[in-house]
Amino acid sequence: MTAAATKSTAHSIVEASPRTKAFAGGLVILYAVITILPLLWIVATAFKSQSDAIAYPPKVIFEPTLEGYVNLFTVRTRQTPDFIAKLPPPETWYDKLVRKRDMVIAGPSKVVPRFVNSLIIGFGSTFLAVFLGTLAAYAFSRFRIPLADDLLFFILSTRMMPPVAVAIPIYLMYRQLNLTDTRLGMILLYTAVNVSLAVWLLKGFIDEIPREYEEAALVDGYTRLQALRKVVLPQAVTGIAATAIFCLIFSWNEYAFAVLLTSGEAQTMPPFIPFIIGEGGQDWPAVAAATTLFVVPIVMFTVLLRKHLLRGITFGAVRK
Amino acid sequence: MDTMTTILQPDHATIPGVSKPVKSRAGRRVHGLSDRAIAWLFVAPTIALLLAINIFPLIWMIRLSFTNLNLSMSYLPLRFVGLDNFRDILTDEDVWFRLQTTAQFVISSVALQVVIGFGLALLINRQFRGHSFWTTIILLPMMLSPAVVGNFWTLLLQPQIGPFNYLISLFTGVPPSSFSMTGQVSLAPWTIVLVDTWMWAPYVMLICLAGLRSIPDYIYEAAEVDRASAWRQFWSITLPMTVPFLMLAVLFRAIENFKMFDMVNLLTSGGPGSTTELVSIALKRAAFEKWRTGYSSALAIILFVTVFGAANIYVKTLNKVKQR
Repeated sequence: MTAAATKSTAHSIVEASPRTKAFAGGLVILYAVITILPLLWIVATAFKSQSDAIAYPPKVIFEPTLEGYVNLFTVRTRQTPDFIAKLPPPETWYDKLVRKRDMVIAGPSKVVPRFVNSLIIGFGSTFLAVFLGTLAAYAFSRFRIPLADDLLFFILSTRMMPPVAVAIPIYLMYRQLNLTDTRLGMILLYTAVNVSLAVWLLKGFIDEIPREYEEAALVDGYTRLQALRKVVLPQAVTGIAATAIFCLIFSWNEYAFAVLLTSGEAQTMPPFIPFIIGEGGQDWPAVAAATTLFVVPIVMFTVLLRKHLLRGITFGAVRK
Repeated sequence: MDTMTTILQPDHATIPGVSKPVKSRAGRRVHGLSDRAIAWLFVAPTIALLLAINIFPLIWMIRLSFTNLNLSMSYLPLRFVGLDNFRDILTDEDVWFRLQTTAQFVISSVALQVVIGFGLALLINRQFRGHSFWTTIILLPMMLSPAVVGNFWTLLLQPQIGPFNYLISLFTGVPPSSFSMTGQVSLAPWTIVLVDTWMWAPYVMLICLAGLRSIPDYIYEAAEVDRASAWRQFWSITLPMTVPFLMLAVLFRAIENFKMFDMVNLLTSGGPGSTTELVSIALKRAAFEKWRTGYSSALAIILFVTVFGAANIYVKTLNKVKQR
């Protein structure tokens, strides 16, 4: 680079040379490919037959089948070939698939109720946490609250607590209140864990909205609540949405509380997936199918949240 | 009361061009709600929820930690045993061994994540074409459920059918079924470090990237003018200015790994033997398998205190790097 060339842009001195860029890019892409392989392997396994999934050497090329998904959604019983021959011909494609393995579909598996639990508990706790969090964050952002820093630390510290340790007294308390293995119990618990993140994140977002707008609204005779509703909230929409997605991801992924405090009625997906058992151990195609379905929304959310990810993982402290 | 009112007054930003801040309306009742009432009303529900779900059970647990409560033998009369549980824990060699296992896991995985994460951040900071797409790909693992990750790595690491051992054997010639990443005492501790790093190196990367981007260009330009070598620039500018961010990542990962439960529980369940039995897993066994509630409450409190102390340092670091 000549001196004349560097004058043209302010950044040119720190801008890397094309060769450096290519080298850096190559290394990053290599890492990205290696890092994504395990995930691709799981997505592929979801489309393998049971025998392909446990083949040696591991199969990269295979004939795709939906068996894993069928096994995930159904409970099957093994029958003698004679018995199957006497049955009327299979009506649906999935009946056909199952019959090929000398089985008959006996009924639906528990996967749909578990997914529904994940959704209800996820959305319920997210809504509550964002609602409570918005109110608290607004108060912390706009009013001088005595001991605000200590309160904020207290709020955040509850999130840092080891879930297994918290689960012991919660378990005893829920037994007294008949809340073990209930959706309500899990919603309350996840709300408590999420509200800390919601308060911190939203406080960061609300801090960024200039006060002048509200002040002007107050001078115009709005009440505080009107100013909040008509001035602050519309500007905080992006932040509220991002916060909601973070809360949803946490509830969606949470395992420790779920495995210790639910067993059936309110069980969510993470404790359920490892127990998808076929004949002789884990039914890997079905497990992989469940994992794939479970991970798809997370991948979409990650892409959506790209801009706010940094805030989310630093409780709103680091912003770009 | 008067002091309270002044404390609760909204602090005004002085508007540029307006010499006097707008008159405060704190304490003036509008529709029956003063600012102070609103402040309390808005904060109260959150605090109440946290008191009910976190603090009340915690206090209960502190009480239980002084008792001999065992849920599998609840017919026993409940006795206060003073500090016996704590004495049992602190003199138990097993507990010290679990703590050692946990410390080794925390130190090795955080160290590995810092090296990989910081390295990646430096590379991505070169702003090559398509860097944001590849960054998003790299970030995916950390968004997944640790439990699900532990579960599917079990498949990847199966000695006979898993692709991991097969790849290793392609490169080294060691037969794939001759070693087991999760079932061998010599390998299992490294396996949880490996999977944890796969998941969380991107976290360190993301925070370091923020640190690198917070360094203003003119500092490098000045260094250029002074003919400082690239090496010198790294040691004198890049590293020192990224350290607070690095601290943030290290502290948070250390706290998270110290209480690690889900991923390891599904990958190795603390085995083989107890080579990967971290404190949280030992705690779960004491509390939810042996039902020794009194004993496990005491162990949980020791965990709590440690995490609480670390959280304190973490929040201080957070406030330090806070970008206004």
